[in-house]
Amino acid sequence: MLDLMSGFVVELRNAGLPVSLTENLDAMEAVKHIPIEDRDAFKYALAATLVKNEQHWKAFETVFEVYFSLRGPEYNVVDEDGEIDEDSLEEWMSQQMRGMGGQGSAEDMSPEEIAEMLFRALMNADEAMMAAMARAAVTQFAGMEPGRPVGGTYYLYRTLRNLDLDGMMDRLMEEAQERSDNDMTPLQERLEREEFENRIEDLKREIEAEIRRRLVADRGVEAMAKTLRKPLPEDVDFMHASREEMANIRKAIQPLTRKLAARLARKRKHKRKGPLDFRATVRQSLSYGGVPAEPRFRNPRPNKPELIVVADISGSVAAFARFTLHLVYALQNQFSKVRSFVFIDGLDEVTHMFQNEEDITNAVHRVNTEADVVWVDGHSDYGHAFGVFWENFGSEINSKSTVMFLGDARNNYHATNAWVIKETAKKARSVFWLNPEPKSYWDTGDSVITEYATHTDGVFECRNLRQLEGFVDHLA
Amino acid sequence: MGDTMFGDLASVRDGLKDVDYLADDGIASVVFLAEKLGKPVLVEGPAGTGKTELAKSVAAMTDARLIRLQCYEGLDEAKALYEWNYKKQLLRIQADRGSEASSEDWTELQDDIFNDEFLLTRPLLEAISAEEKIVLLIDEVDRVEVETEALLLEILSDYQVSIPELGTIEAKQIPIVFLTSNNTRELSEALKRRCLFLHIDYPQLEREKEIVLTKVDGISDNLAEQVARIVRSIRQIELKKSPSVSETLDWARTLVLLGVESIDVEQAKESLHILLKYQSDIEKAAKELTVEG
Repeated sequence: MLDLMSGFVVELRNAGLPVSLTENLDAMEAVKHIPIEDRDAFKYALAATLVKNEQHWKAFETVFEVYFSLRGPEYNVVDEDGEIDEDSLEEWMSQQMRGMGGQGSAEDMSPEEIAEMLFRALMNADEAMMAAMARAAVTQFAGMEPGRPVGGTYYLYRTLRNLDLDGMMDRLMEEAQERSDNDMTPLQERLEREEFENRIEDLKREIEAEIRRRLVADRGVEAMAKTLRKPLPEDVDFMHASREEMANIRKAIQPLTRKLAARLARKRKHKRKGPLDFRATVRQSLSYGGVPAEPRFRNPRPNKPELIVVADISGSVAAFARFTLHLVYALQNQFSKVRSFVFIDGLDEVTHMFQNEEDITNAVHRVNTEADVVWVDGHSDYGHAFGVFWENFGSEINSKSTVMFLGDARNNYHATNAWVIKETAKKARSVFWLNPEPKSYWDTGDSVITEYATHTDGVFECRNLRQLEGFVDHLA
Repeated sequence: MGDTMFGDLASVRDGLKDVDYLADDGIASVVFLAEKLGKPVLVEGPAGTGKTELAKSVAAMTDARLIRLQCYEGLDEAKALYEWNYKKQLLRIQADRGSEASSEDWTELQDDIFNDEFLLTRPLLEAISAEEKIVLLIDEVDRVEVETEALLLEILSDYQVSIPELGTIEAKQIPIVFLTSNNTRELSEALKRRCLFLHIDYPQLEREKEIVLTKVDGISDNLAEQVARIVRSIRQIELKKSPSVSETLDWARTLVLLGVESIDVEQAKESLHILLKYQSDIEKAAKELTVEG
């Protein structure tokens, strides 16, 4: 058990989760109190002690499933039917297949039979049956071969392709239509559909788990854990984030911007003390026998900092731009005064588009369609965009403003107009630049980042949430 | 101490159910462990999913007194831990001067004004110095600044409070501690390390239905099912603020009061404002519900 636990923790660390020694010890302590055969409780006990961030839950779950997959009640790859399901399955099947030649095992069912039984299981939300069918489907369709070095996704794809879940969905809906006495209202129909979608999702998960179990049995725990390792949400590259990952990133931006706002505000908080705090002074005076020898002051109210964001939304940073716009939108809620500008080769102010739009998707859509950012050909021209920025808005930068430039500084060999940054830096409190490109690409090709960088207070590589957080922390 | 409080996992779950809190496996396990290991629980999750309610229910279940510390920006040790009652101390000094003040009395006086009598206990000190069983709820801990968090560390790891003038006060019993957070900012590693972590998300369909059935009087099984389904449907839409469990309950109560037996689109749309709090969300949801999925 001890070996297993330490192996498990090592794998968690490999997957990037920060597990400290005390947490490890806590976990050991915790599992002592948990009946080992209660798999779910065991899992939650480990999670409560080892995973302190909800976003890491998924990574934890994967590692857990791999490590303890051979120990759950579901584990019955060798003898095909699980003990738990066996009775109900047998009973159910004998009911359904009376007169069909008396098959009793899921192993030698034809594809049609599997589809039919799966359909009934989904219709009646029969979980035990669904699990059994998932197992049967994997046996039938995945065509798993021991030792063959392909990933689980390949098997998953093969299984799902054969099951034709879209067709299944249609059948389910028809059946539901028939079962209801009168015609279903659109609302009812929608709810029914969602219910079935949910069940199908469950089924997919079940199939995935089944495939994973078999792969683990075949290849061993360590090898499997390694193949399934995925970057944690904070390590996902903005440029290559999938839709789902992007949604996670969006959620995480909100607290970050608040932190950024707090950091920028706090810098000035320490400069000066506020008015006399009478209560605290009297309290302090007791140390001197009632003589107010040491006056106490209130902390001044933190001033809300002003922020100016200038973001590149050209094609070369399209993926980053999506993120950038979300960041700008989130910032807008945190700072009393934010002005946002976007540019490609022309530059336009988009502050109002974010302000009047309650919904981020609409706002982003408006920016992409309405903002007047193309000057000549729609290829990045930092020089020209900065020129326009200085000419129209340069006078509004003052000693309270923090200016943030977001972009890869790929200028298509145009003039750089780096003096704009220099002048901005002179007037503004601070100037930062966030670059979505890996550091090794800087100054290659048409990237002119260094030329701009010399005038800023810092250029930061910002490819994932961890780096963005690093930037925010740097400000403190 | 403690060990006899909860027998096993199932008893925690049943106990919570008796006080009308429906815990899922995760919640029950963590509460159980918290008591066994004597560790605080950090509860995180979207607003209105029953984080605070959990602490209250555990208090009700164990017949413990609930002490609550509401966190806010600017909370300091004078409001969280303890404070010297300086007015009283001043009076004491004044009273002394009135009679005859001499230097020999000074040490005596000092001992006198720095003792329990002049100490105002605030929630944290109160929680550990109480004799009876205590459930301590530190609500919305993410609202305090990172620096203030440090103030909680001593009490959370060692269940003690150090007062310079008096020395260290140790807990007479180990309270069950819940910290809740809406995750508006990342909590410090030091704090997280000392706690068990529990994430409470929106409940699954079945559990939400059961919650509705338990908490709303006179609701039919059919209506509860519909309510739960519609709420799930709305949560799938991308909104500024998804409906929380408490809003689900409010909605269900309203529907019962209106005498609704089964919900149609019109009724749903008319009462959406109970479920959603932003105009843009309401419009969006109404549109989504009318257009079939």
